[in-house]
Amino acid sequence: MATIAPAAYDSKVEGNIIFSQLDACINWMRKNSLWPMPMGLACCAIELMAAGASRFDIARFGAEVMRFSPRQSDVMIVAGTVTYKMALAVKRIYDQMPEPKWVIAMGACASSGGMYRSYAVLQGIDHLLPVDVYVSGCPPRPEALLEGLMKLQHKIMHEHAIEDQKRAQFEGVS
Amino acid sequence: MTTAQLAEKIKERFPNLSQTEFRDEISVQVPLEQIESACQICRDELGFNFLVDISSVDHFGEEPRFEIVYELYSLEQNIHLRLKTKVSEDHLEAPTISRLWEGANWHEREIFDMMGIRFANHPDLRRILMWDGYPYFPLRKDFPLEGKPSDMPDVAFSDVAPLAGGPFVSAPTDTGTKDREPRARPPE
Repeated sequence: MATIAPAAYDSKVEGNIIFSQLDACINWMRKNSLWPMPMGLACCAIELMAAGASRFDIARFGAEVMRFSPRQSDVMIVAGTVTYKMALAVKRIYDQMPEPKWVIAMGACASSGGMYRSYAVLQGIDHLLPVDVYVSGCPPRPEALLEGLMKLQHKIMHEHAIEDQKRAQFEGVS
Repeated sequence: MTTAQLAEKIKERFPNLSQTEFRDEISVQVPLEQIESACQICRDELGFNFLVDISSVDHFGEEPRFEIVYELYSLEQNIHLRLKTKVSEDHLEAPTISRLWEGANWHEREIFDMMGIRFANHPDLRRILMWDGYPYFPLRKDFPLEGKPSDMPDVAFSDVAPLAGGPFVSAPTDTGTKDREPRARPPE
């Protein structure tokens, strides 16, 4: 996939004019203000909190606005062990998030069930939700989560925002 | 009151009950019909004002199959007592003691959830860890560790977990750390 250059600035053109593509602008705006839905379910949530605090400071990547309402969030960070009892609640919260939305599976449990090979634990949240980025670790350090967030930002930069929106509209019609 | 004195007192109250002692801890085997009154006596006359825990054991293959274990503690006298009662698989019901100790409520719900033992006259006997409507009792010995598939639309579902040759358990051995450490050891 070709990278869309975020902006082209031509100094020969007078004034405050920047030429760009709509896709690139939309993607750029989206990736720099990802509002997370902190789905903290186990010890990974502690590292998620650390990532939000001053030492690691997730605000450097524009994702500091933790929204506890799914209707205001863009990215769901599933941090922790998803039990079957909780799984459909997670799914329900995800369904309430407005498009476009992304999912980060943080840690071994959310990615694969982790060490819980058990009757009670969902073996990876990807059985229920489309996951964009998996972060390994048990729990992952805050740096690892930030790396995952940057990977997601990179992924968003490669999206075709307008095209996807049109396609979604047509799918809704048919 | 020391543990030995406690044992004497208990023998006065329950002359026909069998009693075992292990490392200064006393366990009294009580028939199911008497467990409620035994708990009442322990609380009101022997001063056991704190119910530490209730747990249950599945003696698979034995009769009676299940056993409920009550851990009592007296905060004033600093003594501990264990009551045990057997529950048959044919009649999976025990009297509730949540009337005596409020904390028994959730312990009994957990036993109902994990073992399937019902508690008569319990104020709120619902599952506590698994969801309402889950068809199995997962702490029984005949329930596989990886679980069984179930589906309850709009409530929850469950699937079989991949064990990859596991479960990963350690085995007691004299040979050394290499053989002792947890490995995939499927049940024979």
